[in-house]
Amino acid sequence: MALDTYAVRRNIIAFIILLIAVIFLVKLFMIQVVSSDYTPKATSNVIRRITQYPARGLIYDRDGELLVYNQAAYDIMVNPQHLEAFDTTEFCRILNIERSYLNKKLKEAKAYSRYKPSIFLKLVSSETYARLQEKMYKFPGFFVQPRTVRKYQYADAAHVLGYVGEVSDKLVDTTSYYKSGDYVGISGMEKSYESVLRGKKGVKVYLVDVHNRIKGSYSNGRYDKKAEVGTNLISSLDMDLQRYGEKLMKNKIGSIVAIEPSSGEILSLVSSPGYDPGLLVGRQRTKNYRKLQKDTLEPLFNRGLMARYPPGSTFKVMNALIGRQEGVLYPGTTYECHGGFYAGNFHMGCHNHPSPVDMIESIQVSCNNYYAHVFKRIMQDSDYESISKAFTNWKDHLQNFGLGDKLNIDLPSEVGGFLPSVDYYNRYYGENRWRYLNVVSLAIGQGELGITPVQMANLTSAIANRGHYYTPHIVKRIEGEKQIDERFRTPHHTGVDSAYFEEVIEGMDLAVNGQAGSGSTARTARVDSITVCGKTGTAENPHGKDHSIFIAFAPKDDPQIALAVYIENGGYGATWAAPTAKLMIEKYLKGSIDVQWWEDYVTGANLIKQKEEDEEED
Amino acid sequence: MKRRINVWSNIDWLTVVLYLFLVFLGWINIYSAVYNEEHQSIFDFSQRYGKQMIWIVAAFVIAILITIIDSNFYSFFAYFLHFVILFLLVVVTLFGTEIHGSRAWLEFGNVRFQPAEFAKITTALALARYLSSHNVSMNRLKTYLWLGAIILVPMAIILLQNDAGSALVFVAFVLVLYRQGLPLGVLLFGVYVVALFILALILEKLFVIFGTVALALIVLWVLNKRFRYVWVAAVIMLASGGLFYGAKQLFDLNIPIYFMILGALVFSSIFYIILSYWYKVPRVMILLLLLFGSIGLTYSVDHVFNNFLETHQQKRINQLLGLESDPLGAGYNVNQSKIAIGSGRLTGKGFLNGTQTKFDFVPEQSTDFIFCTIGEEWGFVGSLVLISLFIMLLLRLLFLAERQRSIFSRIYGYGLISVLLFHFAINIGMTIGLVPVIGIPLPFISYGGSSLWAFTIMLFIFLRLDVSRLKVLR
Ligand SMILES: [Zn+2]
Repeated sequence: MALDTYAVRRNIIAFIILLIAVIFLVKLFMIQVVSSDYTPKATSNVIRRITQYPARGLIYDRDGELLVYNQAAYDIMVNPQHLEAFDTTEFCRILNIERSYLNKKLKEAKAYSRYKPSIFLKLVSSETYARLQEKMYKFPGFFVQPRTVRKYQYADAAHVLGYVGEVSDKLVDTTSYYKSGDYVGISGMEKSYESVLRGKKGVKVYLVDVHNRIKGSYSNGRYDKKAEVGTNLISSLDMDLQRYGEKLMKNKIGSIVAIEPSSGEILSLVSSPGYDPGLLVGRQRTKNYRKLQKDTLEPLFNRGLMARYPPGSTFKVMNALIGRQEGVLYPGTTYECHGGFYAGNFHMGCHNHPSPVDMIESIQVSCNNYYAHVFKRIMQDSDYESISKAFTNWKDHLQNFGLGDKLNIDLPSEVGGFLPSVDYYNRYYGENRWRYLNVVSLAIGQGELGITPVQMANLTSAIANRGHYYTPHIVKRIEGEKQIDERFRTPHHTGVDSAYFEEVIEGMDLAVNGQAGSGSTARTARVDSITVCGKTGTAENPHGKDHSIFIAFAPKDDPQIALAVYIENGGYGATWAAPTAKLMIEKYLKGSIDVQWWEDYVTGANLIKQKEEDEEED
Repeated sequence: MKRRINVWSNIDWLTVVLYLFLVFLGWINIYSAVYNEEHQSIFDFSQRYGKQMIWIVAAFVIAILITIIDSNFYSFFAYFLHFVILFLLVVVTLFGTEIHGSRAWLEFGNVRFQPAEFAKITTALALARYLSSHNVSMNRLKTYLWLGAIILVPMAIILLQNDAGSALVFVAFVLVLYRQGLPLGVLLFGVYVVALFILALILEKLFVIFGTVALALIVLWVLNKRFRYVWVAAVIMLASGGLFYGAKQLFDLNIPIYFMILGALVFSSIFYIILSYWYKVPRVMILLLLLFGSIGLTYSVDHVFNNFLETHQQKRINQLLGLESDPLGAGYNVNQSKIAIGSGRLTGKGFLNGTQTKFDFVPEQSTDFIFCTIGEEWGFVGSLVLISLFIMLLLRLLFLAERQRSIFSRIYGYGLISVLLFHFAINIGMTIGLVPVIGIPLPFISYGGSSLWAFTIMLFIFLRLDVSRLKVLR
């Protein structure tokens, strides 16, 4: 044991002391100098980037009336690690929630993270917040995060204004701007002008302690970014007119689209039934949305932009214009009508009216026979070697009026219409195995035609302008910008000479303002001291009563408004659509209604109930 | 008067300077750890650095007083002081104030006092007094009984106070015993038991059993230098193992593998005992006792671990051994502590610029985890300086202890070194994740009056003894 003397033991102890020091220094060298893992971890420990949400841009109507604004709302947040026992009964009472909700949410929050806050209750009102704030000290672990929610001045125009909701996971993944929990425009103007309205999120960088308490600004705010407030929009909508339209359309299914012809600005876009945009805000949003989604009348379906209807007799003005432009029709061309159009076994009925009629009268009285002949001439025009060519040319004319493809207006969810192609008939009848008689129903706007109300209103606008139109749009001005997008300021020419329009307009004038007994079909659209030009339509509907259609513009010589009215299952165009259009024109141009009886007549009709009753009888 | 001048000129100034350095470093880091914009005055006594300032001034007064007292006082009253402290420990266990789950504090108005801190001093004194007496031999059982009484009684009481950290410090006195001639075998045995405990926690029991058997065979060979004994033993074991396995297969018995191996072991052991008795193989019984003791310990580990340790202690040990990973639970402290130290990099973030310690990410950042502040704000350079200061102090004390002519002084010196080294090793070790989290302060640095005073007293008693080293010949 010579090796184990006291001196050796002293040295061993000295060695142990040094060994411990060396071990410590090696380990410290590893974590402090070699490893670079700890600095970012330390940074993420103390740095909190708090997003600053800018207020969303406001939306005004064309007269400067505020339509959409923001209201403060509060998310109740919970951080499980700071929770302590609290009076759950009182807490539930203040927030008006069930105890089961409380338990469920607390469990979810803990499952998400014990150390990170999560949303406990979304978007409580200022009143609830005020009540909670007084008692907040009793509920450690809970805190409040301010938010804003959209607030709507009126319970109308939901389809135009749209709504805002939480961003979808897909959008979070595909864009760099949005983070989970952000709000984004989901429909209407909120969606199409999202990038303008949303402004720019900012960020504030704070130092926080272990309890997530803010200890101050990081680097004196050097890395902060100020939020930029969203830009305000001035909509082209005339809210008075819009609300009046919605009032008229109550208890009816259908749509009114009104456009200012000289600019293409949409004055009103009614889709009925509509809904209160305020329903899709805040905590009740999901519940209300489901309810609207389940409604069989489809209030979420924007009929003005998405419903395709056959145009019915309103289409006669198109065939008149094309016939004139193609030189197969003259104002003096007359046809006798004896209850309709006969060709061999084929018969297309017509109603009782004075006969014979010339072109202008044919529009005034809406003669089916006349347009069967016009259509026959267009299809058999010797300028074209085959019906295929002639048909394609006819269709090109329609497309020049904005029919068929989408107009590309500045609202989401617009759909294109449907125009049959030569291929369509070739497939159906065999190549070159069809003739005008097979497609003659197109002459009077029946058959394979699908046109949306906005396309119809646009077409009317083109007639009012005597040959050109501007792409319809809902934005009149973006605050801080001189002009709106150029595509809304560029006229589209229809390729039909303006002189021919004058003739057709003459017919439309007579249709409304013709003498009693002259066979005028749209006398229900007359307005005192304003020359309304219009054309009725009645679209056959395989599912029930015909759709009532009317297109009109006014005043005749200086058109201020062009509109299309569709009332599903409303029967003749003159019955419901024409008086509705008349009231809209009067409201817009005069500001008030001369004969209250007409308004009562329209608003008093419950076509939805009547339809249900009809169906029960069947 | 002449004697007092002697004291000041003969005191080991190098140690005093190191002490002052450490206390100063401690204070500025406490200042930094609890610093906030509202309380900037260093004399703000509502803040910890203000209070620590008072403790430090008081500690200096105490140091002077201790240096003035006659050196014979300490050895003379060693037992008496130890009894007083034991009495206080009992009192505090019964009537003390509970803080952080430990009933370890006596409260007099605003002042709190932790007798456990002072028990280290009196234990060192008592130990020195006992081991320096004439008739003590490290080879007698009686000696160990007395030593056990001196060390284990305060340790046990402190354990009852639920202050495992402070209790564990008394293990450090093994180093004193080692210096005084504790046979290496006893020490190795102690190390072996601890190692076995840890291995039994980490490894599958089966491996540990095979390991201990292999170890027993190796020891048999080392002790007897006869390879024949070893392979005979191995053959017997394998044969009985095969026998048991065959029996199990033949009779289709459903016996757990542990019991089978144990059975085979017992069977072969009995056989080997008879054989060794016959052939006069020495030391077999002791070895077998050791083997079965080890196996018994292996099986009891789970029981001890689950029943004698608190849940948080179990978690800390599991965390350290890598058996459990929960960076936000039991591992939170260590994880945050490492982040703080690691983010200091080479030169640190600068005085008062630490974010991890200042914003409470590190727990107990002015007491047990004060090293984090140093690591974060002063970087590796600061760590190096602090560790160097401690090593210089410890080596200096080692040098001083060895130059004592008085056995009492030397043993006391070793007591001081052991306690300081233990605190230093465990405290810094836990902040960098090398040892489990045991809540004991870093001497002279950590915030706290009891701890600072106790270490100051302990150090200056030794310096006082050192001054008188030439006078005494005992
Ligand atoms: Zn007719």
